Formats: sequence, structure tokens, C-alpha cells
Amino acid sequence: MIKLNYTIEGGDFSRAGYASSQVKKNLKQLGVDQKIIKNIVVALYEAEVNIVAHAQKGNIEVLISPTGVKMIVSDQGPGIVDVGQAMQVGFSTASEKVRQMGFGAGMGLPNIKRNVDRLDIETKVGKGTTLTMIKDF
Amino acid sequence: MKVTELVEKLQLKVFTASAGLENEITGGYVSDLLSDVMGHAAEGNAWLTLQNHLNVVAIASLRELACVILVKNIEPPADVIQKAIAEDVAILGSSEQTFELAGKLYSILT
Repeated sequence: MIKLNYTIEGGDFSRAGYASSQVKKNLKQLGVDQKIIKNIVVALYEAEVNIVAHAQKGNIEVLISPTGVKMIVSDQGPGIVDVGQAMQVGFSTASEKVRQMGFGAGMGLPNIKRNVDRLDIETKVGKGTTLTMIKDF
Repeated sequence: MKVTELVEKLQLKVFTASAGLENEITGGYVSDLLSDVMGHAAEGNAWLTLQNHLNVVAIASLRELACVILVKNIEPPADVIQKAIAEDVAILGSSEQTFELAGKLYSILT
């Protein structure tokens, strides 16, 4: 079992993608199937961007076992008022600044869901959100 | 087709020295929504966009795109160039607008 840990600062777009790129390198070294790596990278990148775009700070824990990857992404942030709405393509609460960068199109969570085998969202408004994503090899 | 051949055919500006110039181009993708590119572009695609910040490099690198082509004379800032070179991502530039450039790219690649 390999365990990787990353801390993400809210608002720091220059670092978004760092954790995804490190996880990608690890999975490549382990010889994981390209398509599965792609799925994991897309999901984790979106989760990273969500922290940067919405939260004050967050933490990513990635557990790689022989049978798959579990990613736990938790943040201290605004939480999600209506998860069902947030899962709809096109719904976003991103700021104008974030939208101008080409994010905030309401595709993040749907992208995550399409790319993992299991997605659990635990959220408390005003406190934060934890995503647990599982992708089997 | 290699990126370097495309540079010649479309008279593109190269912002990132020799980074990624030997990549093979398998197709193209046109979008300014980053999650759309992340979710739907394919490996080896040439990505046409007007976005020119650091996350463009992150996405091109993570998704293993062949190159990024900035349209209508948009130039990447210095930090973007630096990161792109470090990640071996080719960032190219064109004076044309997206529609015209995409049309040319399409006819070259198909």
C-alpha cells in the first residue's frame, strides 16, 4: 500500500495540478493501465481545482493498493448547499475571476463522477466538504 | 504529424524553445473551458485556446496533449513559458482567429 498526502491552499491556482501530476507519476511507475491513470488524473485534478476555487484549504490523501486507488479529498470551505444541483452539468457557484480563467463551467463534479467507480460526498455548509473517490484497477 | 511540422505548415510562433516539438499530433481540440478539455480532449491533441495561464500548462501536461496553440496573437506570460518548458509542453501562437485556424488544422490532419 502506498500512501500519498498533499496540502492544498485555497486560491493558489499556480499549484493546482501538482498533486495530480505526482499521483500520475507514481501510477505510471507502478505500471497501471493508461486509461485508468487518465480517469484518476481527471478526477483528482477536478477535486484539486475545486479546493483552490472554493475553499480556504484542503488535504488530499491517496491510497494506492494492488486492487485500486482511494482518494480522500477534504477541505475547509463553504460546503455544498445542494449536492444534487452541484452534480448537474452547468451548475456552478464559482466567482467571476475563476470563470474568466475557464473554470467554473459546472463540469467539475460531473467529470469526477464519470471517471471513478465510486464517489461519496460528505458536506456541511459553512464547514467543508470531503470527497471519497474510488477507482478500481 | 509532428508538432514541428505543424509549426511550419501553419507558420506558428514557438514560445517554448524546443519543448514538445517532437510530439506526435493525433487530432485537435478547441475549447476555452478547462474542465471540458480535461474531461474530453484526447492524448496527442493540439489544443486551440485563448486561455494563457498556468493551468493551461497543467492540463496539457496531465492529459498529454501534443501542444497548445494560442489564437489571435495571444502571448503566454513568462511564468507560463517557464513552466511549459519545464514540463516539456509546446506552446505555439497564431495570428489567426480560432475558426480559421481550426479549419486549417482540420484539413491538415484529416
